[in-house]
Amino acid sequence: MLLRNPLRAQILQRVPRRQTRWSSLSQRPGSDRVHFPGAVSSKFTTKLSFEHPSTHPAMPTYRVMDSDGVVVDESRKPSGISNEEIVTWYRNMLTVSIMDLIMFDAQRQGRLSFYMVSAGEEGIAIGSASALVPEDVIFCQYRETGVFKQRGFALSDFMNQLFANCKDAGKGRNMPVHYGSGKLNIHTISSPLATQIPQAAGAAYALKIQALQNPDVPPRVVACYFGEGAASEGDFHAALNIAATRSCPVVFICRNNGYAISTSTLEQYRGDGIASRGIGYGIDTIRVDGNDIFAVREVTKEARRMALEDGGKPVLIEAMSYRVSHHSTSDDSFAYRAKVEVEDWKRRDNPITRLRKWMQHQGMWDEEKEKEARSQIRKDVLKAFAEAEKEKKAPLRDMFTDVYEDLTEESRGHMKELGRLLDDYPEEYDVNEFEGGRKGLSEP
Amino acid sequence: MDYSSHPLLNHSPSSLRANASYPQSSSFTRQNLFQAINSALKHSLRTDERTLVFGEDVAFGGVFRCSMDLATEFGSERVFNTPLSEQGIVGFAIGCAAQGMKPIAEIQFADYVYPAFDQLVNEAAKWRYREGDTGGHIGGLVVRMPCGSVGHGALYHSQSPEALFTHIPGLRVVLPRSPARAKGLLLASIACNDPVIFLEPKILYRAAVEQVPTEAYEIPLSQAEVVKEGKDMTIVSYGQPLYLCSSAIAAAEKDFGISVELLDLQTLYPWDKQTVLQSVQKTGRAIVVHESMINAGVGAEVAASIQEGAFLHLEAPVQRLGGWATHMGLAFESFNIPDVTSKLLR
Ligand SMILES: Cc1ncc(C[n+]2csc(CCOP(=O)(O)OP(=O)(O)O)c2C)c(N)n1
Ligand SMILES: [Mg+2]
Repeated sequence: MLLRNPLRAQILQRVPRRQTRWSSLSQRPGSDRVHFPGAVSSKFTTKLSFEHPSTHPAMPTYRVMDSDGVVVDESRKPSGISNEEIVTWYRNMLTVSIMDLIMFDAQRQGRLSFYMVSAGEEGIAIGSASALVPEDVIFCQYRETGVFKQRGFALSDFMNQLFANCKDAGKGRNMPVHYGSGKLNIHTISSPLATQIPQAAGAAYALKIQALQNPDVPPRVVACYFGEGAASEGDFHAALNIAATRSCPVVFICRNNGYAISTSTLEQYRGDGIASRGIGYGIDTIRVDGNDIFAVREVTKEARRMALEDGGKPVLIEAMSYRVSHHSTSDDSFAYRAKVEVEDWKRRDNPITRLRKWMQHQGMWDEEKEKEARSQIRKDVLKAFAEAEKEKKAPLRDMFTDVYEDLTEESRGHMKELGRLLDDYPEEYDVNEFEGGRKGLSEP
Repeated sequence: MDYSSHPLLNHSPSSLRANASYPQSSSFTRQNLFQAINSALKHSLRTDERTLVFGEDVAFGGVFRCSMDLATEFGSERVFNTPLSEQGIVGFAIGCAAQGMKPIAEIQFADYVYPAFDQLVNEAAKWRYREGDTGGHIGGLVVRMPCGSVGHGALYHSQSPEALFTHIPGLRVVLPRSPARAKGLLLASIACNDPVIFLEPKILYRAAVEQVPTEAYEIPLSQAEVVKEGKDMTIVSYGQPLYLCSSAIAAAEKDFGISVELLDLQTLYPWDKQTVLQSVQKTGRAIVVHESMINAGVGAEVAASIQEGAFLHLEAPVQRLGGWATHMGLAFESFNIPDVTSKLLR
C-alpha cells in the first residue's frame, strides 16, 4: 500500500540505506522504463546503439589559478585563508622538496637503503591534507610525504623512519618512506599496492558507526591516497563498490601522475582516467589540477563536506600531475621516457612555483624570503638527518615482538635459538649497531 | 558417520559438566554447529556495540544459516550483506578493526578465500608488526569460513586451506570440532587481540548436535584438548576427522587391546606443542590426522615437532594421515579423505 503512494515511494528511494532499491510490484503496463531490479529507471529504446566512450567528453579539470599563479576566475579566488596559512603550505612544500633532494643524494651515497621523492606532487599532498581535520583518518600509498608534513610529522620523525633507527615508531621494520603515526591518525604505509583502499572504506564505516553510537564525537572522514597505477588492482574496484554500497564517509584521492614505474597511463587504462570509474560505482567524482594547491584544497574540503552528508558517502578525487622524478632510487626513468619530456614538464608547470608566483603577485613573498626559507629548511633537514643517522637500531628483540599481542612460545624458542647462535659465533654477526647489543634480544 | 550417538558429542548435560571448559552453572540447550555459531555471534553483538557481522548473503541468515535473525535483531548497520568481493570484504574488515571495531567477516566458502589472501597475509598478519609503537593493531578481526568435504562438494566446495594460514605468523588459525567447542572458541577468537581465521567444518553445521551451555564462555586459544586419555599411542587431529579417529580408536582398543590418547589441536597456529609433546613422551607413538592434503599440511609441522621434541621417547616413526595430494574430484571424494579403513589398515 505504502509503495503505491508515489510520494512515499519517492521518500523511500531517497533513504540511503534502504536494503531493496526496487519494488516487487509488477511494472505498469505501457511504462517507458525498464523495471529490472538491476537498473531501476532505464528507458526503453528501439535505437540499437552502443555507448562509445569516445563520444563522452573527458571530465573537466578544476583549477583556480593558471601555471603563472594567476587566478583564472576572480569569482573563485582563494578566500578565507590567512596569509600565514598559505606561507605554511608553501614552506611545507619546500621542505618536502628539499628533503627529497637531500635524501635522494644520501641514498646514492649509500647512507640509506632506499628513497622515493614526491617532486611535482607536493601540491596534491599538502593541499588535500590542509582541508582535513586532525581527527580524520588517513591511509597513504607512499608518495604523500607532504600529507605527513602538513599534519605535523616532524623532520626527526621522517629521519628516524628513513634510518630505521630505534626512535622510529615502526621499530626499523619497514622500508624507508613507509611512515606512520598513531598521533596524527595516519596508518602506517604498506608496500602492497591498493590494499589500503578497501581498508579505508572499512575504516570509514567504523567512523560512521561510531558517530551513530556516540553522537558526541564530531563526524570524521577517512582520506585514502593511491596512484593511478594502483587503481588497476582489484582492491581499488572492490573498495569503491563496497564504499558506495555501505555509504562510507571516505574521500578517495587518486594521484594521477602519468606513470606507474615505467608504465604510462596509455598502457594502464583506456577509459577517461580514474575519475570516470567513480561514476560507474555511483560515486560523486571530480577531477582537479594537482599542480594548483588552491584547487586541490578547495575540492578536498568540499569532498569532505559531501562525504559527511546523508549519513555518509564516498567521494572520488582524481588529482592530475606529472611524476617529475624517477619512480624511486631504484629506478632510472630515462630508460623509458625522454629527458626532454621531463624537462618540458618541469619548465611548464610545478605546484611550488605556481604558489610562489601567486604569493609574489600578492606581494607577500620575494626573492629574499625565498632564499631565507630555503636555507633555513636545508639547515633543519640536515640537522635532523645527522641526529637520526647516529642513533642505534631498535633492539634485536623487536625482530620478534608485535607479531602477536604477546610473544608466543614458538617465538620465545626462536629468540633463544638466535641468542645461542650469537653467543657461539660472535664474529659472524654485528650486534653493536642495535640498542643493547646482544642483551637487546632478551625480553625486557 | 552417525553423529547422533557419537561419544565425541555431549548428548547429555552431564558430559558437559564433566568438562572444565564449560561454565558449570549454566543451563544447556541442544544445538547444532550453525546454531552454536549463531549464539556466539549473537552474544557478541548483544554485549559489545563494536561488533559487526557481514559478508556475502549474511543478512538473510547466510547460506549455512549461521547469521540467522541477526540482522533483524541488531539492525542493518551492524549485520549486512556486502558486494561479492572477498578481497573487499577482508580489506573492509581490516579497516573496521583498525578503527577499533570488532568485525566478524564471513567468507561464504573457504574455497573462495584466495582473492582475500593478500589482505590476510600481507595486511592482517603484519599489521601490528609494521605499526610498531604507533599502537595500531587489528585485534578484533575474525574471518569465519566453512571448510571441508561434505561428500559432493567437488573441487570448489570441499577445501580445507588451514595449512596456507598456519604458515603465516601474525594470524591465529582455529578449527573447532563441535557446537560446544565452536561457541567457546569463537567467543575467544572475538575477544582475542590478534586477527583470527576461524574455519568451520561445514559437514557438521547440521549433523553435529550436542548440549551447549546457553551462557557465554571462552575456550582458550592455542590450547589443545586431551579428548581421551590413553597409554600406548597418541592421535593428534582437529575438526571433523576427530570423529573418525574416535570411532577407529574404539575399534582398535577392542580388537588389539591397546589404549590410545586422542588430542584435539583446536587452534592450529600458534599451536599447543607442549600438550602434544607431553602426550607423545608418555605414549611413544603418534599419528597426525587431517582431512586436507598431506603435503606440507599441519601434520608435517606436528610430526617434525614431535621428532624434534620427543625423539628419544618414540617407539615408531610418526605417521601422517591426510587427503591425497590431488584435488577433490566429485566422483572420488570417498576415496580422498581419511576414513576408518585407511587409518586402521596401514
Ligand atoms: C601489489 C603490488 N604490485 C607491484 C608492486 C610494485 N610497485 C611498486 S610502486 C609501483 C607503481 C605504482 O604506480 P602508481 O600507483 O601510479 O603510483 P606512483 O608510483 O606513480 O606514485 C609498482 C608496480 C607493489 N608494490 N605492489
Ligand atoms: Mg602513478
